[in-house]
Amino acid sequence: MTLPAMGDPAGPILELRGIRKQYGRLAAVDDVSLELRHGEFLTFLGPSGSGKTTTLMLVAGLQQPDSGRIILAGKPVDRLPPYKRDIGMVFQHYALFPHMTVRRNVAFPLEMRGTPRAEAERLVSAALAMVGLPDHGDRLPRQLSGGQQQRVALARAMVYRPALLLMDEPLGALDKALREGLQLEIKRLHREQRMSVLYVTHDQAEALTMSDRIAVFDEGRIQQIGTPSELYERPATRFVASFVGETNFIPGTVLGRDGDACRIAVAGVPMLASDRFSAQPGTRVTLAIRPERLRLSAAGEGVPAELVDLIYLGNARRYVLRLPDGTEWSALLQAGMADAATLRHGDAVRLTWEAAHATAFPG
Amino acid sequence: MGRWRLLRALVCALVGIYLVAPLVVVLIISFSSASFLRFPPPGYSLRWYENLVRDPAWMDAVWVSIQILVPTALLSTALGTAAALALIRGRLPGAGFVGAALMAPLVVPSIITSAGLYIAYRGLGLNGTLAGMVIGHVVVTLPCVIATVGSALRSLDPRLEAAAATLGATPAAAFRRITLPLLAPAVLSSMLFAAVLSFDELIVSLFVGSARLRTVPVQMWSNIRGDFDPTVAAIASLCFLVALIALALEALLRRRNGDRE
Ligand SMILES: Nc1ncnc2c1ncn2[C@@H]1O[C@H](COP(=O)(O)OP(=O)(O)OP(=O)(O)O)[C@@H](O)[C@H]1O
Ligand SMILES: [Mg+2]
Repeated sequence: MTLPAMGDPAGPILELRGIRKQYGRLAAVDDVSLELRHGEFLTFLGPSGSGKTTTLMLVAGLQQPDSGRIILAGKPVDRLPPYKRDIGMVFQHYALFPHMTVRRNVAFPLEMRGTPRAEAERLVSAALAMVGLPDHGDRLPRQLSGGQQQRVALARAMVYRPALLLMDEPLGALDKALREGLQLEIKRLHREQRMSVLYVTHDQAEALTMSDRIAVFDEGRIQQIGTPSELYERPATRFVASFVGETNFIPGTVLGRDGDACRIAVAGVPMLASDRFSAQPGTRVTLAIRPERLRLSAAGEGVPAELVDLIYLGNARRYVLRLPDGTEWSALLQAGMADAATLRHGDAVRLTWEAAHATAFPG
Repeated sequence: MGRWRLLRALVCALVGIYLVAPLVVVLIISFSSASFLRFPPPGYSLRWYENLVRDPAWMDAVWVSIQILVPTALLSTALGTAAALALIRGRLPGAGFVGAALMAPLVVPSIITSAGLYIAYRGLGLNGTLAGMVIGHVVVTLPCVIATVGSALRSLDPRLEAAAATLGATPAAAFRRITLPLLAPAVLSSMLFAAVLSFDELIVSLFVGSARLRTVPVQMWSNIRGDFDPTVAAIASLCFLVALIALALEALLRRRNGDRE
């Protein structure tokens, strides 16, 4: 049941312009702007209470923004009630209608749209087949497992081909194995059906796996929006660096500039890092370096450290390193990288990195 | 341990006997062959049940009660359900005050409510009319409906209605297709309760009724005060049976509802 994507493929399917929602004195959503392209899978990632659900509710029309504009498929929808917006929504706890069979649940949106009966029957069967539940149509939701219920919710939200599919932590209530299976399945459906998707999660691994782009939320604001690799490789803020992936945060002091890079004293040793602000000499900064970007050598240049622990992970090794000032860093080396394989507990090592892989943040 | 369990069983049995004994006594007396109240009866017969069926005063009372309880149950359920929806889902200014006023008959002594009705009806000419009786019964059965439907409504997941809205359902369609079917068991059981309460209601019926408009409890009341014979026991046993059936129906409904959740 692949149909061409709706609307004008040239413009964005969804546009948020400076939307804001206040609960009492708390700004749950604070000046959020973004564009969702046709067929794009965009994920809202952020800690609990950062405004992800509220933003989704505003897009769905279940909440009204205090200010800002919401433009869906080229039309402003600010004053449109949810049932007139062309969206589908999957809730964290499925929200299946308990008194209707699976088929009736999936047929519900078609019925509301006055789809002819025969056509509706066909679409429902196709949607149930699509989510792998062709033989469960006559069951009631409570007779299904959590994963099956979530598939039904997915079929119900997709059966009428809404211009935009919203999913609020759809896998949050499922166990890990089931979650990973369904992640791939949702990804496959997104690809096959060419749907535009806004997805919410607070699981960074899930966000990295599934998304075309990720918007990182904190305290009601978008901290950074970009592809998974942009967020991972070039975090815009310290918060993004800490929330997406694992990071060493290392204090240092700016010494001066060196071409595009910034010269920074780390534990007394001059090192290079990239920065997004023009740091003045003497400024205290924090470097963010991914564990797999740290290089270890037994001698030579670099920051001196002591190897205090070595953890064997099968396909990789984790090195726990202590600096003279007592801070601990973590380094990750893929198996087969011979250079550090001979190191043992208590060995003195030197740490280095490439300037592009260390990002300096103020403070 | 064993001693405690014995004690507990004993206490439960005593409480049970205390609660059920009067009912049993009435039940037995209703089959008495004597024309006076005596326990245990000297012999057994069905004469008081016969008397009940033959006596037009009793049959009229049963008919009046039915004429009141049917519209009362329907009206009270419709109004109570609407009130519960407005109080819980609506954005009514002063909802707390309105809710308290509607629930008042539960805490205000029945005799005060009844006297109030009587006085209000005088100007309206409603005393001694069926309509007045129904309105009075609705007033006193409404709290039970509001409480029953209200608690069901509170436990209804609001996300279901939100989901229906995102799927294209107008508020009216969402109510008809989602909210109402899910509330149906509570609505039906509150209708049963309203019917039983109306059937049992004495004080409002005493105040608002008339010599020609006598419900079963009013007839029992005047019978007990006048020539007192075991016919009262027979009608009481029948009332008990009716209440028992209603309770069983309600339990059945609840069971089916439990299956569904
Ligand atoms: N209806 C409401 N009334 C008052 N405050 C609210 C309401 N809904 C959300 N909030 C507040 O707004 C903030 C953002 O909430 P939101 O539900 O959007 O967070 P979230 O990012 O979805 O979090 P989670 O990951 O826990 O679901 C929170 O501080 C929350 O307490
Ligand atoms: Mg949320």
